[in-house]
Amino acid sequence: MARTENDIAIVGFAQGDMVRRSQKTETEMMLPVVAEAIASVGLTKSDIGFTVSGSCDYLSGQAFSFVSNVDAYGAWPPINESHVEMDGAWALYEAFVRLMQGDIDTALAAGVGKNSNSDASTLYTIEMDPYYLTPLGADPWSLAALQARALLDSGKATERDFAEVVSRNRANAKSNPKAQVSGDFDIDELLAADYIRNPLRRHDLPPTTDGCAAIILARGKKAYDLCERPAWITGIDHRIEAHLPTMRADITRSVSTALAAAGAGVKNGPIDVAEIYAPFSFQELIIREALELDASTEINPSGGALATNPVMVSGLIRMGEAANQIIKNGKRRTLAHATSGPCLQQNLVAVLEGDE
Amino acid sequence: MSHQPVAVVGIGQTHHKRLRADVSITGLVREAAQRALEDANMDWSDIDAVVLGKAPDLFEGVMKPEMFLADALGAVNKPMFRVHTAGSVGGSTGIVGSHLVGSGRHKRVLSIAFEKQSEGNAQFALGGGKGASIGAGGAFAPFIRAYIRRSGAPEDIGWQVAVKDRLNGAKNPYAHLKLADITIDKVKESPMMWDPLHFLESCPSSDGACAVIFTDEDGGKAASKPPAWVLATAMKSEPSTFAGRDPVSPAAAHDCSDEIYKAIGVTNPAEQIDCAELYVPFSWYEPMWLEAHDIAAPGDGWKMTANGDTALGGSFPINMSGGVLSSNPIGASGLLRFAEAALQVRGQAGEHQVGGAKLALAQAYGANAQFFAMWAVGSSLNPLG
Repeated sequence: MARTENDIAIVGFAQGDMVRRSQKTETEMMLPVVAEAIASVGLTKSDIGFTVSGSCDYLSGQAFSFVSNVDAYGAWPPINESHVEMDGAWALYEAFVRLMQGDIDTALAAGVGKNSNSDASTLYTIEMDPYYLTPLGADPWSLAALQARALLDSGKATERDFAEVVSRNRANAKSNPKAQVSGDFDIDELLAADYIRNPLRRHDLPPTTDGCAAIILARGKKAYDLCERPAWITGIDHRIEAHLPTMRADITRSVSTALAAAGAGVKNGPIDVAEIYAPFSFQELIIREALELDASTEINPSGGALATNPVMVSGLIRMGEAANQIIKNGKRRTLAHATSGPCLQQNLVAVLEGDE
Repeated sequence: MSHQPVAVVGIGQTHHKRLRADVSITGLVREAAQRALEDANMDWSDIDAVVLGKAPDLFEGVMKPEMFLADALGAVNKPMFRVHTAGSVGGSTGIVGSHLVGSGRHKRVLSIAFEKQSEGNAQFALGGGKGASIGAGGAFAPFIRAYIRRSGAPEDIGWQVAVKDRLNGAKNPYAHLKLADITIDKVKESPMMWDPLHFLESCPSSDGACAVIFTDEDGGKAASKPPAWVLATAMKSEPSTFAGRDPVSPAAAHDCSDEIYKAIGVTNPAEQIDCAELYVPFSWYEPMWLEAHDIAAPGDGWKMTANGDTALGGSFPINMSGGVLSSNPIGASGLLRFAEAALQVRGQAGEHQVGGAKLALAQAYGANAQFFAMWAVGSSLNPLG
């Protein structure tokens, strides 16, 4: 299909080192990644029409943490800029909508997460409803375990299925130079491990990662100027569900993913590769069911969030990996998924396409 | 592709107070949203997407509160988006919401911004959550002193702004501070906070929320009350500090208004624009923004204040609502500016209405006077004729 000036594509992607603990500030982590993404498409910072990032004050441990991150853009003369307290995948969404205004033709979307600064098991309790859930002190592992238990009870999956997800993702991660955790894991050995939160074992959990990524978007003809084979965003949508898991009709199903997939037009054709952001192993099964992918779709060749999980960046990395499948690997149609909140509360789905 | 027309058809805000102990965070945002829906003659089910803005999560101690507020804001199964651009966030929240309609992605979008400052300690959070904060006044006072030295403005300009905005606020039923008996002497005699800023030249700390509903051209034309048309939007940022920067009259502030003026064909803002809501948390920012947005020539902003031009009955009224000096739920303060500008061109501003306002400007700024969000709204799509 011929592309028009209304079409927007991913044309460049860069990600920094993904490590258990970085000694750098968020700004220091961002600067080389932003510079690499811009240079990768032959541009300089002054060429970028709009810049937006996703990060979280509570992860970095201070209010207004994103303010100094503006230094990573070299924002002088002043730039068109915004920030979301969301995963960088949603920063990309804002950039996508901003490009649709039609007055600019390039944008940069970044995500940065310094997850090592905090203890996830205590920090994420304050992401919950402050009146009903935070006082319970329910950490994300416990909430995920309740969701996993519901999935087992539904009969749709077994603990062996969870381990299969882990084994496959971490084997895939062997070919990902950024992977923090990778290797060949025997499913029976995985199943012999102790529970962290029954029925979840340590390997069902993502690693803690500090990291940063950045994506360059371009609109219309500009995309071809910057990239031989742009990854056109032919559909992108995101939806949220009720916060309290008990208020959702069935937490073994991801209604918001299914709605976002419909909005993004996933079923308009076969998906060659899907990059799914499932922080916990079993959540990949729930997302796959919601996306209704068939057996021909390759899942998470990067190793997914079980290989690296810089929260606030992981969704954006899925976008970059899915785009690279088109830009570098010649795939025709790929999918990127991002999630946020307890028990997959909020989900984003994007469909990317290369030209025939 | 061109930007499609966007109309503001619903505006709602809470009664802003130091402590809204009668409502939870949930109740606070619903109060504003419900009023906006009533104003737009809409129901929750009419809204296609929700954009939520607020300043740092450390203010209330709830991380990413839009997650738990999704239910209360009717966002379940819909897109919910969260913006955070420091003090300018309320403005950015309006702009992002308007773009969702302008790009054709959605027909009706609710932008909502809030802060419930009584839940935490804003001074602590303003210091980056590290304690020993000098507060926003302490951060801005050096810029203000530099402005006074540069412009030669007399010392009473700040007091005049403080009185004028509070008298406007006394006319606004939603304002936190209603100081109808405020005088220049009272401002001058109030405790010195951050030289030259006295206590009464400083913004309050408020609980409050503001909601704005956007729709497309057809929706705007079919609205039961007159719409405000979003004519232009801009967001500009520059670094916090470096030797080449002028924090008194930031380049990003000039760029932001330049872009707006160009977009709508304004060549003489003081003549062509009817009124403006500018983010003035400390009195002296009124003349400073008049200059940084090229409404007054460099060094002349204070003269507009001294002449009474910026008063409600003046030639270029500023902060008809009472401004940030009268109500300051930080995350919502920017959207309140944007909403008041829209109320003015809709002719819905009640006692603080500027007669015949057709074109209004709104601005919000944040962090170290480095983030700027601005929009211009009109009573029609072509208010300059």
